[in-house]
Amino acid sequence: MSFIRQYLSDVISGVKSLLTGMRLTGKYFIKHKETNITQQYPDNRQELFAGLPDRFRGEVVMSHDDNNEHACTGCTACELACPNGTIKIVTKFDMTPEGKKKKAIDKFVYHLELCTMCNLCIEACPTSAIKMAQNFEHSVFDRRDLTKVLNKPGSKVREGVE
Amino acid sequence: MLQDVIEAGNGDMIVNVGPQHPATHGVLHLVITIHGETIKKVEPHLGYIHRSIEKMCESLTYRQFIYVTSRMDYLSSHINNHACALLTEKALQIEVPERAQYIRVIMDELTRLASHQLWWGAMAMDIGALTPFFLAFREREMINDIMEETCGARLTMNYMVPGGVMFDIHPNFVQKVKEFNAHFKQKIDEYDELLTGNIIFQNRMKGVGVLSKEDAISFGCTGPTARASGVSCDIRKLFPYEVYDKVSFKECMATEGDSFARYVVRLEEMKESMRIIDQLIDNIPEGEIQGKTKAVLKPPKGEFYTRVETARGELGVYVVSEGATTPYRIKFRSPGFSNLSALDHIARGQKLGDLVAMMGTLDLVIPDIDR
Repeated sequence: MSFIRQYLSDVISGVKSLLTGMRLTGKYFIKHKETNITQQYPDNRQELFAGLPDRFRGEVVMSHDDNNEHACTGCTACELACPNGTIKIVTKFDMTPEGKKKKAIDKFVYHLELCTMCNLCIEACPTSAIKMAQNFEHSVFDRRDLTKVLNKPGSKVREGVE
Repeated sequence: MLQDVIEAGNGDMIVNVGPQHPATHGVLHLVITIHGETIKKVEPHLGYIHRSIEKMCESLTYRQFIYVTSRMDYLSSHINNHACALLTEKALQIEVPERAQYIRVIMDELTRLASHQLWWGAMAMDIGALTPFFLAFREREMINDIMEETCGARLTMNYMVPGGVMFDIHPNFVQKVKEFNAHFKQKIDEYDELLTGNIIFQNRMKGVGVLSKEDAISFGCTGPTARASGVSCDIRKLFPYEVYDKVSFKECMATEGDSFARYVVRLEEMKESMRIIDQLIDNIPEGEIQGKTKAVLKPPKGEFYTRVETARGELGVYVVSEGATTPYRIKFRSPGFSNLSALDHIARGQKLGDLVAMMGTLDLVIPDIDR
C-alpha cells in the first residue's frame, strides 16, 4: 500500500515540477515582445554602428588631418610588437629643406587577413599615429583586397613629430 | 580497435560520436564501443583542432604570447591571459598596482559567470531543453557588452599585459556591473525554477556518471568536476593570487560526484562569483593600472610555474627561460584535458543516451583539450 502511495506522490510532485517550469516559459511567451533581445542585424546597421563602444577593435587605421598629414615616423615599433607579422613598413628617404636625408614611410602595409585585433601595435606606437576603428564588416570577394596601405597617397609626416 | 571488436564477435558495436556532432560543441571525436545500449568503452580521439599553441608561444615574446592563450579556452579567455601575465610578473618580480589587481579579479569573475551561463544553456540543450539556452544567452549578452565597452572585444579580450591591464576601466563599468549583478540575482532563481527542480532533468542527472573522490584525484580532475566529488581544489582558496585572499567566498563542494552534483556546484559557483564582484566593485582603489616594466622583457634563467582557477579547473603555465626575449619551452596544463580523461571511466556501464549528460556536465571545451 505504501508503495502505491509513494508512486502517486512521485507522480504528483513530478507533474508539479514540470508545471513550475512551464509557468515560467508561459510567462515569457505572453510578454516576450517587451523583452525582445534579438537584433535584426542588416536592418539595424545604422544604430548598431552608432552604438559600438569607442574601444571596440575592428581594424587598424592611420589618422590623417586636413592637410593630409599623419604622425607616423616609420620607427617600426608596431611592426616589432605585432605577433602575426600583420604590419610591414616600407621606408624611404626624404630630403629636408636643409638638404639632409630624413627617414620617412613610403608604405604602411597592413594585412587585415592576418590581424587578430590584439591592440599591441596601438600600445607600442610612440606617436599615436595608428588607432583602432570600429568597422567590423570585412568580407570581400578577393583576398587581395584585405591587404591595405594605411597612409594615404601623397601624405607626409606632420611637422614636429619625431 | 575495430579489428578487436570483429574478432571478439560478441555483438559489440562501434559508434563514432563526432568529430562533427552537435552535442560535442567542437571537434571532439569519441569512438564508443557499445553492447546494446550499454557503453563498454569510450575512446576520445584528439587532434582535430590542434594549433600547436605551445610551439607558437616559443617564437613570441612575453608580451605577445598572451593573446594566443585566449584561443585555448575561449570561454575563459580572460583567465588564461591572467595566468600568462602572472607568470611574467613572477619571473621578473613586477609589482602589480592594487587597482589593476581589483580590475583583474572582477574581470575574471565576470568571465567565469559568462562561461558558466553558456555551459548551463548548452548543457540543458544537449539534454533536450531548448528554453534555458535563450535565458542563459540573455544574461551572457550583458557581460559581453561590459567586456566590449572596457576591453574592446567580446570574446578574445586580450586585456592583460604584464604588470597590469591594458586600459583603465570605462566610466560606465562600475554602474553596468552593478546593474548586471542586480539583474542576475533575480534571474538565477529562474534557472532553478526552470531546470533544477524539473523531474525529467533530475532523473537524467542523478546517479549518472559517478566519479568517486579517489578517481577524481587519480585522473587529475580539477575545478567544479572534482569539487562535485568532494575534492577541495579551488586554486583561489588554496593558493590565492591577486586579491582573492581579501574577499570572502566559499568553495562550493558536493560529495555525490554524479552529474547532478556537478550541475549544482556550478550553479553555486555563479552565486559565489557574484558575491566576489559585490565585495570588490565598490572598493576599486585609485591609482595606476600598470606597474613599471621595461620595454623588452627578459626573465632570468630558470623555470617558472603559475596556476589560476579557470571556469573549468586549474590552468598551469610552465615556462623554461634561457634569459632570452622568448620562452625556451612553454607548457600549458589545461583543465579540459584532465577532465576528459575521466570520461571513459565514468561512462562505462552507463547507457548511450546518458553520455551527452556526462559530457555536458564535465564542461568540455575542445580547443582547451587540444591546444
